[in-house]
Amino acid sequence: MQDNIKISEFSRETLDLVNRIINRYPKGREKSALLPLLHIAQSENNGWLSPEMMDYVASLLKIESIEVYEVASFYSMFNLKPVGNCVIEVCQTGPCWLRGAENILAHFEAKLGIKPGETTQDGKFTLKTVECLAACGNGPVIQVGKEYHENLTTNKADELLEKWKRENKISHTNPYL
Amino acid sequence: MATQILLKNIDVPGLAGFQVYRNLGGYTAVEKALKTLTPDEVTDEVKKSGLKGRGGAGFPTGMKWGFIDKQSGKDRYLVCNYDESEPGTFKDRHIGTLNPHQLIEGMILGSYALGAKTAYIYIRGELFYVLNIIEKAIQEAYNNGYLGQNILGSGYSLDLYCHPGAGAYICGEETALLESLEGKRGNPRIKPPFPAIVGLYGCPTVVNNVETIATLPWIINNGSDAYAAIGVGNSKGTKLISACGHINKPGIYEIELGLPVEEFIFSDEYCGGIRDGNKLKAVVAGGSSVPILPAELILKTAAGQPRLMSYESLSEGGFQTGTMLGSGGFIVMDHTTCIVKNLLTFARFYRHESCGQCSPCREGTSWMEKILTRIENGQGTTKDIDLLVDISKHVEGNTICPLGDAAAWPVASAIRHFREEFEEHIKLQKCPF
Repeated sequence: MQDNIKISEFSRETLDLVNRIINRYPKGREKSALLPLLHIAQSENNGWLSPEMMDYVASLLKIESIEVYEVASFYSMFNLKPVGNCVIEVCQTGPCWLRGAENILAHFEAKLGIKPGETTQDGKFTLKTVECLAACGNGPVIQVGKEYHENLTTNKADELLEKWKRENKISHTNPYL
Repeated sequence: MATQILLKNIDVPGLAGFQVYRNLGGYTAVEKALKTLTPDEVTDEVKKSGLKGRGGAGFPTGMKWGFIDKQSGKDRYLVCNYDESEPGTFKDRHIGTLNPHQLIEGMILGSYALGAKTAYIYIRGELFYVLNIIEKAIQEAYNNGYLGQNILGSGYSLDLYCHPGAGAYICGEETALLESLEGKRGNPRIKPPFPAIVGLYGCPTVVNNVETIATLPWIINNGSDAYAAIGVGNSKGTKLISACGHINKPGIYEIELGLPVEEFIFSDEYCGGIRDGNKLKAVVAGGSSVPILPAELILKTAAGQPRLMSYESLSEGGFQTGTMLGSGGFIVMDHTTCIVKNLLTFARFYRHESCGQCSPCREGTSWMEKILTRIENGQGTTKDIDLLVDISKHVEGNTICPLGDAAAWPVASAIRHFREEFEEHIKLQKCPF
């Protein structure tokens, strides 16, 4: 690691949480805490995992950085590039599609002026498509941070967008708090 | 009204709290087991009940427990598979959100039977808000002496923790789940050895679905005979069916196994019929991976018998004319549905979720998605249909885990039953819907 890169660090409160989580696994199996820690790390790093942040997590668990990179790149909830403040994830799998998910996605695209995978120029919103969120009976479904929004209509989508704009919505909060 | 084991009190306000659950008879099964039954007697009750795994594979639960190596001298683990991700399946979310203590009580019973001192609930990362609810309930169970050291003075101790996934369908496969719980990529392991011998941290481990575990308190309270008296044939007990798609009443229903499919779809007690008075076209009865059936074959078997919601009846006729109960994810399509487009969304799903370890699955899922995209967009050729069948045959059975089969079956069955719809896309050079 280069000396001039800023080292990420958690607050004392977050470190307490981290230690409580590590203690859930047997001695010598601390690596088990990797996914929970990456969730926390992402929430503390504006919603994405920078190489520096992943190195820091590796140091907390006393494992090699590569062990973190290979895991972070496997799971779809981890963002390896910067994202907007509010990440809108639209389910597009069969059951949601049957109930109009394509219209909902097209509506968000038109309203935000971006395609899935893109972030608005002001950095406020990122749009993503995701696969089944296991809420199929209430499709179309979107996820924003920990929140599910179900039985979505274009009207509901507009109301949510207005609300999020008004309150400068940040979707990456510490999921344990 | 069918017997309700999982949903009986689901509408009681505050059920997620310890006291409400307790007042309704909660944790009496733990008291009964820890004070009057040996671990082997608990296992025997579950064996005799005929309960099968409710995650999709339908393997007998008691038998799975019976495989656990109790002589190894190593720690033993019970892990709850809460990685609910099979498209069409949304029953487990319901249990954890509204009735977490029934799941916790089941975890204590299962752990006691297996002799586990530590147990984990592996829950998909998207459901973090459900994890929060369950962790709060776990804390209440500790505070009331049902978890921790020397539970109810029995000498038995158990620690129970939640563990979040991070967006990977494959972690619903039990060995991938264990890899993920160990902090690794979710690549399924080669079996054997099975987890009952070499599981979490190399120790004997049982992985059970949420619904399976939440059923245990009822079996211990009411006895295996009472459970086995519900249902039909080898399909014992009740099953949660999560119904979605083009029905009037999407939702989660607890049925007694053996209910006629026609009654489930059309009666007001369940799905309430097809939306807008439309015609039933097809059903995927057990989550996206099971074969799709056209209306006539889901309502009646090829032999003309009424099709029942049971393991045996749904699979009658094999894959030529039958399907599977699977996870109970029941996806209903009306006559306005394009079968090719629906299949394309499934193919995209499996391509996205393939872990990439086995080349037939990694390459095959991506080829199937590409070809289906071509057909749906009106650029397919007649040869593409046979090519899809050929690829699906080369994926099926040629991978370490069942994801390959899960990706192949929807393609093969859609072409088997709706071939003319694929041909129409090709002939018209566009989607006819």
